[in-house]
Amino acid sequence: MKRTLHTVWLVARRELQTRVRTRAFVLGTLLMALLVLAFPVVMLFAGASNAPEDDLSASDSTTRLGITPSANGLAESLERKAGVDRPAISIRKVADTEMGKNLVHEGELDGVVAGTPTAPELFVEQHVFPHLERALTTITYNNQLDAEMSDAGLDPQAVRDRAGQGEVAIISMGQSQDAADGPMAGISDAEKAQRLIIAMISTFLLYMFLIMTGQMIAQGVVEEKSSRVVEVLLATIRSTELMAGKIVGIGITGLIQFAVIGVLGFAAATATAVLTLPTFTVAGLLGWAVLWFLLGFTLYATMLAAASSLVSRQEDLQSVITPVIMMLIVPFFVGVSVLPNNPDGTAGTVLSMVPGFSPMLMPMRVALGGVPLWQGALSVVLSLVASAAVLWLGGRIYSNAVLRTGARVRLKDALRAS
Amino acid sequence: MPEGALEIDRISKRYGDVVALDEMSLTVRSGEMLGFVGSNGAGKTTTMRIALGVLAADSGQVRYDDAPVDRMTRSRIGYMPEERGLYPKMKVLEQLRYLGELHGMERAAADRAANWWTERLELSERRGDQLQKLSLGNQQRVQLAAALIHDPAVLILDEPFSGLDPVAVEVMSTVLREMRDRGVPVVFSSHQLELVQRLCDRVGIVRRGRMIADGTVEELRSSGPVRLNVHAPEAPADWAEGLPGVNVESSENGHTTLRLDDTADDQRVLRAALETGPVHEFSRTRPSLTDLFRDAVTEEPDE
Repeated sequence: MKRTLHTVWLVARRELQTRVRTRAFVLGTLLMALLVLAFPVVMLFAGASNAPEDDLSASDSTTRLGITPSANGLAESLERKAGVDRPAISIRKVADTEMGKNLVHEGELDGVVAGTPTAPELFVEQHVFPHLERALTTITYNNQLDAEMSDAGLDPQAVRDRAGQGEVAIISMGQSQDAADGPMAGISDAEKAQRLIIAMISTFLLYMFLIMTGQMIAQGVVEEKSSRVVEVLLATIRSTELMAGKIVGIGITGLIQFAVIGVLGFAAATATAVLTLPTFTVAGLLGWAVLWFLLGFTLYATMLAAASSLVSRQEDLQSVITPVIMMLIVPFFVGVSVLPNNPDGTAGTVLSMVPGFSPMLMPMRVALGGVPLWQGALSVVLSLVASAAVLWLGGRIYSNAVLRTGARVRLKDALRAS
Repeated sequence: MPEGALEIDRISKRYGDVVALDEMSLTVRSGEMLGFVGSNGAGKTTTMRIALGVLAADSGQVRYDDAPVDRMTRSRIGYMPEERGLYPKMKVLEQLRYLGELHGMERAAADRAANWWTERLELSERRGDQLQKLSLGNQQRVQLAAALIHDPAVLILDEPFSGLDPVAVEVMSTVLREMRDRGVPVVFSSHQLELVQRLCDRVGIVRRGRMIADGTVEELRSSGPVRLNVHAPEAPADWAEGLPGVNVESSENGHTTLRLDDTADDQRVLRAALETGPVHEFSRTRPSLTDLFRDAVTEEPDE
């Protein structure tokens, strides 16, 4: 056993060393890291250009507002509001309403406020500014209220102070509320949007890495077969040790790249404030993604190693690995097309626990939030069981086929005894 | 069985309906070099692969030092497959060190051995080069080093001389003799029969998955049919016809080549020759390995 583990490690170490040292690996990682780092920055600019339409998105652009002498009483309140709300508001005094309107026409101002503090008028050029409307409505409402209170002989400030003393007790009822209102209850829209983006990105990364490492496995197996080195190796180690070492070594190679890019990406997204989820949640999601990378990789890598051992030349490789790659592509497209709209539908829930589909679907569901623990655990267990079966079967195919060079070995023959 | 011998005991192997090996047996003693000859497809490679544990036999047993060959013994065998192969993109020294480690050596020991063998096989300059950058002859040397890196207790080499230039043949021969002299049983297959005759202590001839002749070169040559060369210039072409146990192979201008089987009496042949007139030459020739091999693989073609 100790000897076996040592041998597997020796094979894995060679795979790791020969791959990590290549220029392709270093440049590939750098390129992907750059892409991942650039993504949040692009998102930031994309968000800025859409800002006036949607006050939910962060924006630094300032709304320029003119104010007439008659409405001057609103200036102080508006400026106070401007300090709190975004986008910010800058205020400039204009001589009269007509002049203000002209400035709006010329694009010098975004709007002009006229009328009186209790009945203001806002002139704008087609453009709608929801935040400005809200601010003016609130201010007008308060001004009106103050005026009415003064008329009734009350001190508005004193009334407000007393009114502010009332308190609302908020008592959390725990998870039962969530269960009653569905798994996504209690998650805000903004968080949902972020979770969706994380789900899409991590699923895409997972898919990309499984395809990439899978190709490495397939090419590595055929390389050993076509260069005939496999016979020298098998004269001293077992075929299962060789296969396992190859899978472990390439798995670690992929994991290093995956982790570097995942951590960098989340760090960049958090730093640029595109991502505002708590670090704990993000780390959890990353952890799930890594777990599913390992589970999915074991399953697909074993199938690919077995499939690749059937052929002896790189040219014949595509025909045997395509069926396996399809088993990765189909779940991916099912995942990105079905799940985001309805993450808790029956189809999505069942498929996310089926081995083969689970490596793509489960991490996406987890990222979207609200997966019961038993479902996550069950899909992990099922995936492990499937991997064990595939390892046994794949090891058999690999052992029987790997020494037969020349024409493609038929699967049936490879499954039969050597 | 003497200590340190490799015994292949009645191994059989079928691929579907094709019988690859039919109770093949052979023994290589410690300090002995055995040449394994036979036509293509006779079962040499299959025998070697089974001895290595790369293939499993349907029946029979492979033993080393009187014990069935297991995983530990296997890692002490040095092997050179017929289909040469190492990692083309791996550097020479790293590759040898890796193979040494796979054979169970410590990293430092594997490193020392890799350095020693590259030195010994005149590859010192190429240690840091990728294998694919080396000439074919040098690649063969690396392959030999790969078989020797772990100081093997047994050497099994499938066609080690094929594709070698004369200088490399000498290097290879010298190394194999050294290994044999250190007590390592060496078995190699080859089509170069002169080389086998020159190097090997014993020869095994294999046909259709069976060992049909096995012995020292001397034994095999003396057990083979005797040939007589007779030069009797005045003899008629058919002078030797009808002599018991005698087969005329060729007859031209008084030069006759006769093949004698066990029932023939060479003295009677000589008398018959003298009766035709003067006899200028009467000599016994013993078959070369090439003749023996040709006889062995052509006899009874449809058994």
